[in-house]
Amino acid sequence: MTSALVLDRVSVRFGGFTAVEDASLDIAQGEFFSFLGPSGCGKTTLLRAISGFVQPSEGRVLFEGRDMRGTGPNERPTALIFQNLALFPMMSVAENIAYGLRVRGMGKRERLARAEALLELIALPGQGNKRIDELSGGQKQRVAIARALAVEPKILLLDEPLSALDLKLRQHMRTELRAIQRRVGITFIYITHDQGEALTMSDRIAVMSRGVIQQISDGETLYHQPRTAFVAGFVGENNALPGAVLDRDGDLARVQTELGPLPGRNSRQLAPGSEAVLFLRPEALSLVEPGAGRLAGTVTGRAFEGATTHLTLRCGGGRALLLSLSGAAARQAPEPGQEAWLDYDPEAAILLPREGYGDA
Amino acid sequence: MHSSTGQWVILAVPVLMVLALATLSWRERRALGPDAPPGFIARNGWPVASFLILAVVLWTVFMIVLPLLSMIDLSFRPRLPPAQWGNARDIYTLDHYRFFLFGSNTSTDSWNVTHLKAFGLTILVSILVTALDFCICYPVAFYMAKVARPARLRLMMLMLIAPYWVNELLRAFAFRLLFSNQGLINRVLMSLGLTDQPVDFIAGDVALYSGLAYAYLLMMMFALYNAIETLDRNLIEAARDLGAPWWHIHAFIVIPHAKPGIGSGATLVFMLTAGSLAAPLILAGPRSLWFTPIVYDRFYQAFNWQQGAAYALILLVACIIFVLGVLKLFRLGLGEIAK
Ligand SMILES: Nc1ncnc2c1ncn2[C@@H]1O[C@H](COP(=O)(O)OP(=O)(O)OP(=O)(O)O)[C@@H](O)[C@H]1O
Ligand SMILES: [Mg+2]
Repeated sequence: MTSALVLDRVSVRFGGFTAVEDASLDIAQGEFFSFLGPSGCGKTTLLRAISGFVQPSEGRVLFEGRDMRGTGPNERPTALIFQNLALFPMMSVAENIAYGLRVRGMGKRERLARAEALLELIALPGQGNKRIDELSGGQKQRVAIARALAVEPKILLLDEPLSALDLKLRQHMRTELRAIQRRVGITFIYITHDQGEALTMSDRIAVMSRGVIQQISDGETLYHQPRTAFVAGFVGENNALPGAVLDRDGDLARVQTELGPLPGRNSRQLAPGSEAVLFLRPEALSLVEPGAGRLAGTVTGRAFEGATTHLTLRCGGGRALLLSLSGAAARQAPEPGQEAWLDYDPEAAILLPREGYGDA
Repeated sequence: MHSSTGQWVILAVPVLMVLALATLSWRERRALGPDAPPGFIARNGWPVASFLILAVVLWTVFMIVLPLLSMIDLSFRPRLPPAQWGNARDIYTLDHYRFFLFGSNTSTDSWNVTHLKAFGLTILVSILVTALDFCICYPVAFYMAKVARPARLRLMMLMLIAPYWVNELLRAFAFRLLFSNQGLINRVLMSLGLTDQPVDFIAGDVALYSGLAYAYLLMMMFALYNAIETLDRNLIEAARDLGAPWWHIHAFIVIPHAKPGIGSGATLVFMLTAGSLAAPLILAGPRSLWFTPIVYDRFYQAFNWQQGAAYALILLVACIIFVLGVLKLFRLGLGEIAK
């Protein structure tokens, strides 16, 4: 596996403000790599550092081993798709797509033929003469992709390209984007604050918070083995119970929470006494016989969502717990107002350091 | 045609225009049918509406339409003492236009070289001044609109506008002082040893052309600034990301976007330059030719108002042709540059 892009301890500062801190990663050729994080966490800034619009204050950006310091955006093997697409309104669709080729001095006939081929790729054949404002949102989207692909970049950078589209179109474009990436076979670096988007499309995801990369792994690992409290809280639904570590027992440890001492998997080897948060996935909780189990509470809400049913419970100290049930368990779920007793497999609960909890 | 009929035309045209516009708006409202939104009168009441209508009608008729029409009318009348105005000899004639071309009311043997040359030079120099203003303003306007930070931008705006608080005549005199034999520029040139004798900028028309270029610079500046300001910065970055060098971005992204601004700036600067009087009167050398002082002389030296009107009209038509030419060149509509 050769790397297409390496970030080596990259930091970006604006005056005294650190937008990206100490980001290191290694993206493979042909990978679909996503950055996921809440608004303002530094995703666009990192992408601009990769494409050359901002210089890292520290660290290096390497393409196939070549240091990119001093190389401008027009000389890098990347093409960027902007958050607002930035199509040229003064040009036709075909001229937009062919712009990068025109800059490279390709003849008119040849570049328009290339544009037409790309229009086929994005399923808009013969529409090259349209004006940009005659296109629908999804079509503009695809033209922006074609314009970027026309210059045959080694890496395509996409900055939340689907955020302006409606839900239906967004879901359609997800599959479309993935299909285009498979067809052209180049590296895609994708930015989003929508975890559904990141989880469905990406080979690997880097979760960011406040300019810091929290974890880099595939979607399943992010979901089941989060490394930080931020990732556990940001990716998927989770019940978070803060407390202090009581004692350790092999891979497990017990935490003193508002709801009493509770066990969980101590993947970060926290020492007794340290501040921690216990994360319980809603689907890891199950209903048990009255009086049994580690947790108890009053049902305050019940929502049927087809395959699953969501229950909300109010436990001691007013803390709310979310529980999702499926199959037979869902049909026997208690009604609002009734008492319920819960239990979970300690291996499915995760104990993480408190730091960064509540940032999302 | 006897010129007293001309009087009737002058009075009738504005009335007909007002009537035509009123009919047009009445028909438009009727086409909307019964569920038309409440009209202007219904919304604001009769007093406001009639005041506004009256004000607008009077303004256009008295300030724009009537003066123009009577000037056109005047330019076709023979030069007569006021006592004979309207009598049998007062018939429409092309005398003054003939004079402009041939320098005589009767013969067509030789061209009116002085006036034609002045006219041609005025148009040509105005075009060059417009082009020069564009070249000066474009980089500055681009810098202000897309590069400068807000504090720097405010400072630049102030520095651009402040000189224009001074009256146009005073500015022209300042240029004259600057360019005179003992002026600052000559003294600097001589102290640097570049010349040992003062350069006569006035006779060389350098002072005139610089004065004209400076006089209406601000029009071009703000037309360009406003147009470039609306360009999405991401478009520039997108072009750069696709590999475009800076000149390509300006030629194919920024300038096409700023086209309406360039058009309105160019037409404004051209018309004001071609029609400017203060700078040519004060800065022109003894042998310079500029058309507006000639027009001025027709009125106030030769007391030939009819001929003056004809000359002014020729300049006006030339300006209109220039505007239409610019529109055609940039493939713009009249509405776009008026924005
Ligand atoms: N040129 C700049 N000067 C100063 N601060 C900046 C600059 N660009 C970005 N920032 C700051 O850096 C932080 C990260 O911004 P960035 O645009 O990277 O966020 P983002 O993750 O892309 O957010 P979003 O999802 O809303 O697009 C923000 O707090 C922003 O204010
Ligand atoms: Mg962003």
